[in-house]
Amino acid sequence: MLKPLMFLFGAVALIALPHGLSFSQQEILVFLVINILLVTSYRLLTLTGEWSLGHVVIMGVGAYASALLTKELGVAVPVAMFLGGITSALLAVLLSFPLFRMKGFYFLIGSFAAGEIIRLIWKRFREPFGGVRGISGIDPMPDFSLGFYSFDFFEPVSYYYFAGVIVLACLWVLWRIEKSPVGLTFHAVHWQDKLAQASGVNLRAYRTLAFAIASGFAGIAGALQAHYVGTVNPNSFDIEVMVFVLTWAIVGGTTTFYGPILGCVLLTVINEIVLRGMGFEQARPLIYGAIMILSILFLPNGLESIVQKFLPRRSTAKSDRKAEA
Amino acid sequence: MTDFLEMRGLTMRFGGLMAVDGLSFKVAHGSIHGLIGPNGAGKTTTFNMMSGFYTPTSGQILLRGEDISGLAMHEVARRGVVRTFQHSTLFAELTVLENALVGTHMPFRPNIFAAIVGWDREDRRGAEARAREALEFFGLSDLVEERAGDLSHGHQRALGLAVAYASHPDVMLLDEPFTGMNPEETRQMMELMRRLKADGITILLVEHDMQAIMGLCDTITCMSFGKFLAEGGPAEIRHHPAVIEAYLGGARHVA
Repeated sequence: MLKPLMFLFGAVALIALPHGLSFSQQEILVFLVINILLVTSYRLLTLTGEWSLGHVVIMGVGAYASALLTKELGVAVPVAMFLGGITSALLAVLLSFPLFRMKGFYFLIGSFAAGEIIRLIWKRFREPFGGVRGISGIDPMPDFSLGFYSFDFFEPVSYYYFAGVIVLACLWVLWRIEKSPVGLTFHAVHWQDKLAQASGVNLRAYRTLAFAIASGFAGIAGALQAHYVGTVNPNSFDIEVMVFVLTWAIVGGTTTFYGPILGCVLLTVINEIVLRGMGFEQARPLIYGAIMILSILFLPNGLESIVQKFLPRRSTAKSDRKAEA
Repeated sequence: MTDFLEMRGLTMRFGGLMAVDGLSFKVAHGSIHGLIGPNGAGKTTTFNMMSGFYTPTSGQILLRGEDISGLAMHEVARRGVVRTFQHSTLFAELTVLENALVGTHMPFRPNIFAAIVGWDREDRRGAEARAREALEFFGLSDLVEERAGDLSHGHQRALGLAVAYASHPDVMLLDEPFTGMNPEETRQMMELMRRLKADGITILLVEHDMQAIMGLCDTITCMSFGKFLAEGGPAEIRHHPAVIEAYLGGARHVA
């Protein structure tokens, strides 16, 4: 009885949320929703124990692909977004061949290098990527009406609802994957790859699977962003953004599904409301760095460990799972 | 009792070191086969080649006539040859039940699309039933919700076997399963292995505990310095002059 009520309350809160905010805050809200998908998809990759520095570039691949598909080939925007995700996933499969010859720290550096190569390709080739300036004038999502609500995509509120529904659907899929035997296998690959392999798990296949899924959803996040902002350029997917994603994930904690989301929401609120309000915006990387160090020192298990203290504990194994990661 | 599992001229060279040199022996179906030898004889290397952990420098491993040498570990496992590890190699952060569920990976192969849509209920139920069955077999039923890393040493070893057993193996390769066990635990473990054998599982055992080896094995292969030394039943091996010499040191090795 309690659970459906809580869902209902949550849904009402999410629907009502933008109406209490200013226009610029509504815009931030749209980015927040997109970033939640980005950081949650990133977590799926970390389940197998691999941390990538190329995730934001992969998101950019989805953005570029979706932008080009609509601009050059006239594909309908929602279809292009989906195909953007597919492109990212396929590229991840391709990248997995060189990258998964490495593990751990080497994979981290390798993924960074791969990301930079992709960014250089965007910069180098005017056709079709638009060079340093990127692509502008990307088709916005066409307006449509559901009868009870008309989507007007010049309004951030409309885009918030649209992106919100897509992101919720994606989160649901990611959640289902994690709670399935496939998700358990990801954990197994992380904790004892040799034992997992002795149980018949194809390590390469599962690492690639996690990488492809994470990349696919990052690509969808990128496409959502591209059609909202209207432009994409190489610098909007550079390492600075990746550091933000890492900070969200680490400050939030990656043990639980909601940990990275918590980190993303809290740090965005701090950034946009507090820092922007106080005029410290330029110092964002500095302050993010400080927050990351402080949280590693004083909250090594992330914000989620605070939440877990107040929630009834279901299984000790789950809450301690990533304690030493 | 034809050639179920056969090593043919198995050789492993690490740089200048011949770890295993032209080793040949056969494992009969449904038997418990021991592999013994002094430290450094190449038992674990042999074991690692059989499980696909190493690729032999030369030689063949024939399973029902098929050469499985050089296959990846999961490919070997999928052909029914499942290994356990020395020490307590487990998914320490997962629960006992989750450990056993990973063991059911082969009989209940996860399908990501079915999992998202929810069409794999029966598979999940089947996998859980199999996992619980394996845990019960090794007396771990009361501990399903425990974190594997929190178990006692004896229970961890049993869980390692349960994970392997959950996959319905034809052959279990056990790497020193009795290490660090007290006599009572050893006795219980021997009993479990006899039950595995009664289940039709072929067991190949690398072990130092002579009491367990002699009490358990149908056939014993003894290695020394990477080479085949002797083979036979427990009584035969116990009195074999070459084996005694290898263990106690004959004049040949003193120099």
